Amino acid sequence: MKEPKANFFSPFKGIKYMVKKPVTIRVPKETREAAGRYRGFHTNDWEDCIGCGTCADICPTDAINMEKVPEYDSPEGEKDERPVIDYGRCCFCGFCIDICTTGSLKMSKDYIYINENPDTFLYIPEEQGINKNFPEEGYQRNEITDLLDLERISMRHVKSSKRKDSFLEYVKGFSKEEAKREASRCVECGICTDRCPAHMDIPEYINSIWDDDLKEGTKWLYETNPLPNVCGRVCTHKCEEVCAISHRGEPIAIRWLKRYIVDNTPEKDYEEVVLSNVSKKSKGSIGIVGAGPSGLTAAYYLRTLGYNVDIYEEKEYAGGVMRYGIPKYRLPDKALDKDIKFIKKIGVNIITNTRVGKDIEFSDLENKYDAVYISTGFMEPRYLKIEGSDHKDVIAAMDFLPKVRDFARNEGKIPDVYKKIVVIGGGDVAYDVGRSAARIQMIKYGKIDVTLTALENYEDLPASEDEIIEGREEGLEMYPSSGPVKILIEKNKIKGLKTAECISLFDDNGNFKPELNHDNTTFHKGTQVYISIGQAPNYDYLPENLKEKLNFVGPKIETDENGQTNIDWLFAGGDIVNGPDIINGVADGHNSAKGIDKLLNNNQ
Amino acid sequence: MKEVKLFHGPNHPGMHGNFSVHLTVDGDTVKKAKPNPGMLHRGFEKLMERRLWLNNIALIPRVCVPEPDLNEAVYSMAVEKIQNLEIPERAKYIRVLMMELARISVHMMSIGGIGGPTGVYTAPNWALADRDLILDIFEKITGHRVYHMYIVPGGVRQDIDEKTFRFIENTIRDIEKRLKDYKEIIFESPIIHKRLKGTAPLTKEQALNWGVTGPGLRSTGEKYDVRKQFPYFVYDKLDFDIPVADKSDAFTRLYLKYLEVKQSIKIIKQVINKIPKGKVRLKLTGTALKWKIKKGEAYGKVESSRGEFGYYVVSDGGRSPYRVQVRGASYPQGLYGIEAGLPETRLEDVAIWLDTMGVCAPEIDR
Repeated sequence: MKEPKANFFSPFKGIKYMVKKPVTIRVPKETREAAGRYRGFHTNDWEDCIGCGTCADICPTDAINMEKVPEYDSPEGEKDERPVIDYGRCCFCGFCIDICTTGSLKMSKDYIYINENPDTFLYIPEEQGINKNFPEEGYQRNEITDLLDLERISMRHVKSSKRKDSFLEYVKGFSKEEAKREASRCVECGICTDRCPAHMDIPEYINSIWDDDLKEGTKWLYETNPLPNVCGRVCTHKCEEVCAISHRGEPIAIRWLKRYIVDNTPEKDYEEVVLSNVSKKSKGSIGIVGAGPSGLTAAYYLRTLGYNVDIYEEKEYAGGVMRYGIPKYRLPDKALDKDIKFIKKIGVNIITNTRVGKDIEFSDLENKYDAVYISTGFMEPRYLKIEGSDHKDVIAAMDFLPKVRDFARNEGKIPDVYKKIVVIGGGDVAYDVGRSAARIQMIKYGKIDVTLTALENYEDLPASEDEIIEGREEGLEMYPSSGPVKILIEKNKIKGLKTAECISLFDDNGNFKPELNHDNTTFHKGTQVYISIGQAPNYDYLPENLKEKLNFVGPKIETDENGQTNIDWLFAGGDIVNGPDIINGVADGHNSAKGIDKLLNNNQ
Repeated sequence: MKEVKLFHGPNHPGMHGNFSVHLTVDGDTVKKAKPNPGMLHRGFEKLMERRLWLNNIALIPRVCVPEPDLNEAVYSMAVEKIQNLEIPERAKYIRVLMMELARISVHMMSIGGIGGPTGVYTAPNWALADRDLILDIFEKITGHRVYHMYIVPGGVRQDIDEKTFRFIENTIRDIEKRLKDYKEIIFESPIIHKRLKGTAPLTKEQALNWGVTGPGLRSTGEKYDVRKQFPYFVYDKLDFDIPVADKSDAFTRLYLKYLEVKQSIKIIKQVINKIPKGKVRLKLTGTALKWKIKKGEAYGKVESSRGEFGYYVVSDGGRSPYRVQVRGASYPQGLYGIEAGLPETRLEDVAIWLDTMGVCAPEIDR
């Protein structure tokens, strides 16, 4: 290194700077605009914000708090909270922007804020910004900075060409690697928990997958749902519809993760979890009518609370709609058997082949038990009244599906499905009928010819997206916006179904009243017509004096928030209270179990 | 004569940062010196243990205020080592760019900093104005001027576009032009020569015994630089020299920093020419809230403006580090060096000693 020498005159060379402009600027006369990526004060679009709180979770300095918005009734899929930022703590790292699930939280170029009131530095971001000047956007999230994993791990299916002649389950389930990766996408906001009718602890059990602790996961599942094997396969997954990740990406496969836990927890751990829940103290006995989702759930939780529980089931097997409605390719018997096995194992007594009202009187139940829970479901078909609908080849879904299940279980003969059929309906059950019939056609004739007609237009089809896509893959033809008009019969044989274009579904008051345009009709050829326009309850088992006391709303029974009916000792739940959906049944079962416990404990 | 105890801390214009030394002086000569850290103590290492892997990026720049980027880089380096993550080539170049820009900015601050202890206030005025030009670059690249939170495990947070590269080029050229003036006004100034030459000497033996690295060690003639000895990122693909001096005193140590600025400018120019296209970031699995790093431990080290700077990171496979140990570059001279080397210095030279040794308070207090 060569060192510079001291020079007396050198410092005077700086004099040239006296004539140069100063490098400083005169604030506030002059302002300096921030750079394009500047991380300044936040703005938040309240329309988009769902209050998921992910920004608060990632905040390294705990500057963000979620606070309840007063008098705000948030819609489904949204929390009534919004972020509040403490600018005394905020370090403007921008991680909150990178991870914002909806993209509502943004950073502006605004970086000057002066106020003599220190409380104003506790700021609730709004669109207008802290200076109320609608500042320009600064730092922006892009796919490089994004801290969410937006892509869903796709579920492996058996190919449609291989699955359409078989009732074997075609969804293969996640491998460990896949499940962990899918679980790692969750931001633990809990909006799913709010949406789930049974309020399952979804973030917690997803977390247990990520932490490789499936026993813990099973524990969380059984907190709120004793049918995880079933719900892990066929739940309507309302949770996924509201998943925070779905705003910018694909929702987390919550249902398949649930299935992963139950499929992969070692039997020993599983048993330990389920059995450890039971309280040994016996307090009373409860009778339950119907061993469907709701009845089984109520039985499980009542049993864990220490009650003796008897379930009466008219059919040969327990399970209700899970056993006799949903096709086997979606819900194999072994999954259902596993759930029922553990419910039986904790001491629930299921009495099958016993129809209340016939084999045992309802009044006997009243005398025998401290409380009775009815959950008989919507197991009766609903018939359509159009010309020709009384023909013997017009078959209702709930008459057909049990036969298919019996056949798939090797306990019944192959249902008599014709070569060319038409299904009326566009819901999940209609697809169950169509896809089951298609499988039988494939087995019988080696060729599929199934036409579905639905009142709704394509976007509003009530069936789940999976069903629509998979149905199409299997060769089902869907005709939306088609209202059935007439079933054409010639020489006592069905020729087909005539439909007319459906213009609107509801009248001005919002009542269901489909309007058809009879000038635009279509004829769907077919020799058999299946009707899947909903199911109905059957209350024959209830004595008249009870029926009079009960409050019916349409086909449903009215209960209070504990599942209690007008009659003190009678509780109800499931389809007959909240309409058909397994997870509703589970929720009602759990709720009523707590309600019954409350009632009996107060009596004591 | 009677010994007097003196407090030499942030009250002194020549003291950088919230650090103080308790001096026992006899007349004008220091007899005993005791470093008194703790004014900046936040418990960084402990705080890191309860923060997510990503969240630490927002915390650690504070371990070294004037040169925050290297904390992010060295932490990310250690994390990537544990995770066996090979970051994209472009990200490596960008990291080098950031670190060299940071080196310029912190050396500018050091050169300016000499104005406090010596009274040459032209130096801080100029140097800090030029440092601000570097901060303008940082603002354009990262969105912030001082704490950038830009280098993350897996790469860097954002890409740099062509326009910004041109801006960097122009700024660097401006600074390069001004370096001649620095030499004339500061390093040829008779006052600086009088005050710095022969002041605060450091022998090679002392430097090696204490564990001093960086310009301190290099000024004694030892050509040790982590960038050359243990090349990280893409330093092995870049052409630059390591300036050394034969005799260490306050002047040579400061002048080395000036020469290093020139080398950094050389590196930056090469980076801008050589940088390949491609990705700048690899993502860890899942959302940042759920990031996990494999079980393991690793030491990442880089050459900071004050010497070897390292993070020892231990992961137990969870969402936060199990333990992080920071090796602050100025730790040896800042704690042991003060006790061993400061005595027998004249009182008016204490500030020069602390400044040119590069004592950085938060590193010691981390």
